Amino acid sequence: MSSNVETVDRDAPEIEASSEYLTFVLGDEFYGLDILKVQEIRGYDAVTKIANTPDFIKGVINLRGLIVPIVDLRIKFNLGSVTYDALTVVIILNLGGRVAGIVVDGVSDVMNLPDNQIRVVPDIVASIDTKYITGLATVEEKMLVLVDIEHLMTSPEMELTDVVGD
Amino acid sequence: MSKTILAVDDSGSLRQMVAFSLTTAGYKVVQAVDGVDGLNKAKDSVVDLVLTDQNMPNMDGLTLIQNLRGLSTYAKVPILMLTTESSDEMKAKGKAAGANGWLVKPFDPKRLIDVVHKVIGE
Amino acid sequence: MSIDMSQFYQAFFEESEELLAQAEHLLLGIDLNSPDSEELNAIFRAAHSIKGGAATFGMTDMAEITHVLENLLDRIRKNEMVMTADHVDVFLAAKDMLTSQLEGHRSNADVDRELQEEIKRKLKAFSEGTAAPAPAVAAVPAPVAASQTQAPAAPAPAAAGQLKHYAVSIAKLNDKDTENLKAELSLLGTVNATKQPDGKVIFDVSTEDTADTITTICTFIADAEDISISEEPADSHTKGQYYVVVAELEANDITHMQTELTLLGKVEYIKLSNGHHQFSVDTEDSEADILSVCSFIVSPELVKISKQSAAAPASAPAVAAPVVKAAVEEEGFGLFEPLPTPAAAAEPKPQAPAVVAKKPETAPAKKEAEKPATNSENTSIRVGVEKVDQLVNLVGELVITQAMIEQRVGKLDPIANEDLVNSISQLTRNTRDLQEAVMSIRMMPMDYVFSRFPRMVRDLAAKLGKKVDFITQGAATELDKGLIERIIDPLTHLVRNSIDHGIEIPTKRRASGKNETGRLTLSASNRGGNIVIEVTDDGAGLDRERILSKARQNGLPVTETMTDSEVWQLIFAPGFSTAEVVTDVSGRGVGMDVVKRNVSAMGGVIDIKSTLGFGSTMSISLPLTLAILDGMSVSLGTSIYVVPLNLIVETMQPRMQDIKTVTGEGLMIHVRGEYLPIIPLYALFNQDTEIMHPTEGVLLILEAEGKKAALFVDGLVGQQQVVIKSLETNFKKIQGVSGATIMGDGSVALILDVPAIIKMGQNNTQGVYQ
Repeated sequence: MSSNVETVDRDAPEIEASSEYLTFVLGDEFYGLDILKVQEIRGYDAVTKIANTPDFIKGVINLRGLIVPIVDLRIKFNLGSVTYDALTVVIILNLGGRVAGIVVDGVSDVMNLPDNQIRVVPDIVASIDTKYITGLATVEEKMLVLVDIEHLMTSPEMELTDVVGD
Repeated sequence: MSKTILAVDDSGSLRQMVAFSLTTAGYKVVQAVDGVDGLNKAKDSVVDLVLTDQNMPNMDGLTLIQNLRGLSTYAKVPILMLTTESSDEMKAKGKAAGANGWLVKPFDPKRLIDVVHKVIGE
Repeated sequence: MSIDMSQFYQAFFEESEELLAQAEHLLLGIDLNSPDSEELNAIFRAAHSIKGGAATFGMTDMAEITHVLENLLDRIRKNEMVMTADHVDVFLAAKDMLTSQLEGHRSNADVDRELQEEIKRKLKAFSEGTAAPAPAVAAVPAPVAASQTQAPAAPAPAAAGQLKHYAVSIAKLNDKDTENLKAELSLLGTVNATKQPDGKVIFDVSTEDTADTITTICTFIADAEDISISEEPADSHTKGQYYVVVAELEANDITHMQTELTLLGKVEYIKLSNGHHQFSVDTEDSEADILSVCSFIVSPELVKISKQSAAAPASAPAVAAPVVKAAVEEEGFGLFEPLPTPAAAAEPKPQAPAVVAKKPETAPAKKEAEKPATNSENTSIRVGVEKVDQLVNLVGELVITQAMIEQRVGKLDPIANEDLVNSISQLTRNTRDLQEAVMSIRMMPMDYVFSRFPRMVRDLAAKLGKKVDFITQGAATELDKGLIERIIDPLTHLVRNSIDHGIEIPTKRRASGKNETGRLTLSASNRGGNIVIEVTDDGAGLDRERILSKARQNGLPVTETMTDSEVWQLIFAPGFSTAEVVTDVSGRGVGMDVVKRNVSAMGGVIDIKSTLGFGSTMSISLPLTLAILDGMSVSLGTSIYVVPLNLIVETMQPRMQDIKTVTGEGLMIHVRGEYLPIIPLYALFNQDTEIMHPTEGVLLILEAEGKKAALFVDGLVGQQQVVIKSLETNFKKIQGVSGATIMGDGSVALILDVPAIIKMGQNNTQGVYQ
């Protein structure tokens, strides 16, 4: 499973700083997020719709007694075809104690990227706003967009948190 | 075998302090919240030393001491009164009730342990 | 060895808080005309306990206050002083000071030093004061030579009201008679009885009566010639009391000693239990004089002389106390006689502090042998709230899991699976019992809240010059701990308002034919799954016209046709106050909106009943617990919602003719003479459903905060208890939704926020139906 994206020889002594990323697919684009933010990966189950919320907020699910909101990033960023089937994947994130799920087209792999392989972000590279992108890396000739998922999920545009002063 | 001390005081914090200090010093401590509780606990345990407060609800320290002295098993067990009053009146009453000595509150843990060592050894 | 004392602070803080609360409660309830001695003792004990802890844990400010407090209380409980309302006031002030000192130690908060000193001064002044003659000064048990004067010749009758102290000595008295006489004498004042080694009984009497009276009483029980009474002078500080101890003495030498020492003053002899002989001597002579007298009989090196501390405590009952000489004595510790047990430990040397004291540091080996035992109260244990909450959560999960199993088992063939079905229904019962038991752990009696009001009412009424009778009812009613703490603030506000704005000043009350003293009732009761807390006063009541005109001024939408309860709800609008005078107590217009917000946040509603001139009742209805809700599940399209059962007045399937269209206001339903707006949930929540007209679905008549509305949903699903989950833990507040719950099939259902729905409906019904 790991052959196509492995970029670092794990047997070589690692001296430079590196981080592990979970890579996932949205439409044609490859994204990566900090693996430490991931609590678990599960299939898409029935959600309970919430009134008067944007369509990308699918609703809430019962995750072992916790009420967890589910966001479909494909709808949010107009990527891929929005279908829900046995292959639809939900990444459950734990962002500083708050739990939320994101629906993506698929999860590719967990990979280790040395920090020095990460490039700065040019102005427009992906469907996600540049301010939520921490860097780019090239993996097997494909561009991997590294997302600051915590920043993104807690931003007002995701409408997952109460706006202060509201 | 570690010696057992019965500590009777209606103040939880003081009792805990006494219990903790003595436990740390290697004694086993049985705690009681007032004279009645103290008497019951005394009957249930074999105790090498009794430390009792005087002013407590339900049964005060002097009455507890009198009651303990009435038990054959407690005829010779050392009993110290913990008292905020160092008055001779209180000492006299304590002695009359059958106490062996007194220790004036407040005391610090070290002081308590010293005194207990003196009375029943380590 | 060093032990960190700070680890006991928390226990001390909690304990002191409880003691202070208890003392306050007792003080407020005390009947000054005949104070209950048990209650006085309990108050004294509270001060005493706090003093002990404070001194031990180095909180000297608290120790100082409790010390003077204790002195004064001690005099009162010994009937040396009559308790007055002034005393109660200063005690309450001291209690407040202690509370603030406690807070100071707990969180390094500042304490008002000046106030602290002032309270201390006041307490001291009272206890030393002229309120009663100082009997305490009879500190030194030193009747002069004259003390042997025989009874009838005893001092002149004391001036009326002057407390005097007498030592009444009865030569022969058996125990039964001692008790009887003690009982008789205690009719005169305080009495202590002490039996002397020689069979003589000495009563120490503090009374306003004369020696003659005492003699008369004594002669009922004892022979006149056996009675001797001496009055103890109030101050006899010039004299000293000495203990003379001799290890060995011939019998006749004892008599000689007594004879010789009597030349110096009053002598008492006791044979100590270690066989030593002790003479206590009251004399103006010096130690050296005593020694030289003794040297006639025994060699001076065999004689030990010690002086009794001059600062003997105030309460020392004169002659009565048999004098005690310690075998081992150090600062603050002593043994009456050496104990043989630990070798070398307790040499009968008076000063041997360091003999054994070296050891403790070297004995850490047993350190881990026993964990320090914690509080061993036999009736209750202290448990952290988080532990209880964890238990509540786990049981909540269990309830859901159990419901899931039940639902699945329900689909099985009941005959083929009879055993399973039976077991599950057993499990259902057990789960419910367990849930109830666990929830009850969190329940606390309302007394926890009510008990803080008598003081507030008292202070406030005094400040405002009003007379208020304060009555509480249903203090035993239980409420969830999480709610009970949050209800304090809103309730405080309502009580304050009632005293400030509700109850009128005495002259005004009299003018309107009412009793001068207003009546304020705080009550709690269970109604269905709710607790209802009411603040009722017989004061002025709410003035409809004033509220309406004030509302207009504030730009609130009002009409003359509004019902009373709608008008009363206006006072909950932010910035609303109708008080004529803004007092520093309330009436600044902040508060009622906060009260309402707090109550709503607890899932409660607040209602007002009021009649102008006759008073008001503010009634807060709360769920018993935040964790569980009795709900009605309703369906809308593919979704299920839960509506709190207590807010549903009734459910109905409306007939066509009951539904009216009001221009600009959408649909109304005519029910029991009222027209209520119909709020279609599908429109409110923008949700798809096939049921578009009320006659096809169900209307829930809801009532909250004085407003009624009919919520239109597809249908009813069922009534059930649900475990409330917060939506905000991982998500945000959704308008119209108060929380979520997990249904038997594991899916999530949202719980409707009824007051919010009613409000949303008002803004939203327009234009829904064309």
